[in-house]
Amino acid sequence: MSINLPVSGAAQSHEMYSLRVNGQLHEVKDAWIGESLLYVLRERLGLPGAKGACEQGECGSCTVIVDSKAVCSCLVMAADAVETEILTVEGLGPDGALTDVQSAFLSEGGVQCGFCTPGFIVAVHHLLENNPHPTDDEIRESLSGNICRCTGYGRILEAVRTVADQRRKNS
Amino acid sequence: MSSTVASTGTRHGTLGTSASRPDGVAKVQGGFAFSSDMWADNMLWGATLRSPHPYARITSIDVSGAYEIDGVSTVITAADVPGKLTYGLIMQDQPVFAAIGDTVRYSGEPVAAVAADHPETCQRALAAIKVIYEVLTPVTDPEDCISGVAEQIHPDGNIFRHQRIISGDTSIVGAIQVEGTYEIGMQDQAFLGLESALAVPDSGGHGLEMYVATQWLHEDRKQIADCLNMPEENIRLVLGGVGGAFGAREDISLQVHTALLAMKSGRPVRISYGREESFYGHVHRHPAKIWMKHHADTNGKIVKIEARMVFDGGAYCSTSPAVLVNGITHTQGPYKCENAIVDGWAVRTNNPPCGAMRGFGVVQACFAHESQMEKLAVAAGLSPVEIRLLNAMETGDRMITGQIMDSVAPVAQCIRETDAIPLPPPMSQDADLRTIPGGTGLTALPSNIKRGVGWGVSIKNLMYSEGFDDYSTARCRISEGVVTIKFATSEVGQGFTMLAQQIARTVLGVDDVFLDTIDTQVGSAGSTSASRQTWMSGGAVQAACRAALEQLFDHVATKNSMNRAELEIEGTDIVDRLTGQRVAVLAAIDGVDIDCTEEYHHPATEDMDENGQGNCHVAYAFVAHRAVVDVDLELGLVKVVQIATAQDVGRVLNPLSAMGQVEGGIAQGLGLAVMEEIIVKDGKVRNPSFTDYLLPTFLDAPTVEMVFIEEHEPKSPLGAKGIGEPPCISVTPAIANAIRQAVGRELPRVPIRPYDICL
Repeated sequence: MSINLPVSGAAQSHEMYSLRVNGQLHEVKDAWIGESLLYVLRERLGLPGAKGACEQGECGSCTVIVDSKAVCSCLVMAADAVETEILTVEGLGPDGALTDVQSAFLSEGGVQCGFCTPGFIVAVHHLLENNPHPTDDEIRESLSGNICRCTGYGRILEAVRTVADQRRKNS
Repeated sequence: MSSTVASTGTRHGTLGTSASRPDGVAKVQGGFAFSSDMWADNMLWGATLRSPHPYARITSIDVSGAYEIDGVSTVITAADVPGKLTYGLIMQDQPVFAAIGDTVRYSGEPVAAVAADHPETCQRALAAIKVIYEVLTPVTDPEDCISGVAEQIHPDGNIFRHQRIISGDTSIVGAIQVEGTYEIGMQDQAFLGLESALAVPDSGGHGLEMYVATQWLHEDRKQIADCLNMPEENIRLVLGGVGGAFGAREDISLQVHTALLAMKSGRPVRISYGREESFYGHVHRHPAKIWMKHHADTNGKIVKIEARMVFDGGAYCSTSPAVLVNGITHTQGPYKCENAIVDGWAVRTNNPPCGAMRGFGVVQACFAHESQMEKLAVAAGLSPVEIRLLNAMETGDRMITGQIMDSVAPVAQCIRETDAIPLPPPMSQDADLRTIPGGTGLTALPSNIKRGVGWGVSIKNLMYSEGFDDYSTARCRISEGVVTIKFATSEVGQGFTMLAQQIARTVLGVDDVFLDTIDTQVGSAGSTSASRQTWMSGGAVQAACRAALEQLFDHVATKNSMNRAELEIEGTDIVDRLTGQRVAVLAAIDGVDIDCTEEYHHPATEDMDENGQGNCHVAYAFVAHRAVVDVDLELGLVKVVQIATAQDVGRVLNPLSAMGQVEGGIAQGLGLAVMEEIIVKDGKVRNPSFTDYLLPTFLDAPTVEMVFIEEHEPKSPLGAKGIGEPPCISVTPAIANAIRQAVGRELPRVPIRPYDICL
């Protein structure tokens, strides 16, 4: 489908650029330059794991990792993310296998409607990489940018504790 | 336990175990298809033009500018609606689009819609549509509708419903009298997964297929078909993945618009709301004002309740009449009382439309009666626990509607079990800043923080009321050695798909249960609301599986010369109780072809008479909450430290899932208590974003200590009661009562804002 560019009052510009997502280089063709990373991941690159729920960085549903930092992809311009390493929920588990964080969300009941889940999963991976042994208060604080409306966070807290314990035992 | 209750196995995945969610792996990997992830070849994006005014007459609409923009395919207005021009759940009073010459009645009311090649093209097209409004003065005070001074803003009038309850001896005067006027703000369901639908027209233009996030597929289809002037059977509705609901998806939002755009353009169309639009696109929890007066004897025993409740339904009816009845019929709360005078109103204003949200009218009533119980305790010289135990309702009690409580009613047990949960340790003077009011803002001084403890207890009706037969349907097929269950029950996150598998595994003795697509190709399941699907669709799935099992037993008895009347399922075997002969179910189902569809209906209820008398509700559930809060008295900041709760659940069918419902409901009740409110001024929403509408975060969520009271409900097909709504109901007044205790103020309104506490 051809895309007509909605740059109000300005000359329309077809842009082409490349993004490295989950270790693979993707070409983005004929895109409007104003598109967010969230939109491009979801609508152009076939990676719908990151979710949009507030469009202003308040809910964390769109969390992805850009160059080792957890960011809200709704607040990042896609064209500004060239020459970065982008990691989305789809790229966490090798070959479709579940990560320990994903398994713990299932075993501890951290998933209900699941809309916040991919953002949480990415944020928890990021947390535990930077702080392998968080206290409960540290878990709560570092995940306070991710809103969940279903669970009340109790089972998610349990999931994070479970992964931290497992990793401690395995290390 | 009733003999109709399926036997509980310990086999993993059966009833009573924490079975895995069938949608779980896809959800943690990001592959689960929510309705906003749906995509079709040649798809257009749709968007909606909304009125900026709460009340205005449309004098003209010019869409020609939109068509001049490259990429715009289709523009529709009221003139393009081929069928019924309005829709609605109870009254069809809401226009698909406001028409020229007619008025818009709330800020955000749809006026036109466009379909184009890109979401941003849609926004430009909307900006190019010229609508001329004659701005009118909005009606925003419900009392003006009751008194009749307000202009009539809709042909159907400004009163959705007025209902009284007059019960028992209304002349009784109590030795103790306490009263108050309480207000509840407008709460938003704020599900994370925004409204979204994809409509795909068929090539002949006679019908369409729609993927939509909804609570009730069949009701949506009926309303869409009416507006499209199309036979229902020409529309197939498929459940798109639903990112939470909480009542906000019971009404039509974008369904009709999406379908109309697809039919007119002849191409697939998807509309996905953004967060701001979502605040305008769905109904909210009714703001309410409630006056209550309790009469009690000198011991504190309630002898009469007087109340007046006013629910602001906003511009269109939605479920306002039913919300009102839920409010007034729960006036007494979970307490004995036969004498009452209650006057209830649900009115139409130019405020945002309100309808279903978790708790459905009972949240408002409960905030009032639990605020009253606190005053009554003080007046009677009793503790909050003593006053509630003294008045606790029991099975067999006559309620103010004349209905006899015939559900299991362990009210006293809920209170006692909650009371037995240990209190948290006092806040230490060197507490982690993240755990004190206001968090790491470094503003609260531990020496200014005071702790409070408060109580709330509630009663909640289950299923629909007043004579409505909200049945559910399920189909069980056994074919080619595979068991497949089909239903139209909306899975909104609560886990019904998991429960359906648990039921089938338990009844049929199989481990693998396949679930067919959730769509309208089977009978209605009713709505995923009113805490009803475990009971209703659970009952339907159980009935379908049992019907299939009977046929399987016929087949097995004949084939293996077993005693038909003696067959039963034991684990994964069919066993002849007389001979001990066994056949594995997996072997037994090989080669059979069984197909059973069953409906489950609850016992009939009836309308209320003019005095509010009648057996209008099906069944009830109960819960107690105790809140512990820390309050910074100078800054008015609150930290909810712990919620203790004991809930009457009948039977725990999935422990992990039950915990999740309780913790999630508590977080929503906490939101209403201290932070969540849609602020409406002169009919306009002032905070339609997650920046300005505050939701509880991980740091705001309290520690929850819970006990499940498992007294099996004989009326329920699985022995279980619905557990979705009760957790969010009495936790709000429990928190309010805890703050009141700490602060020493009446605080008659929720959410309690910092300035209510400190100014």
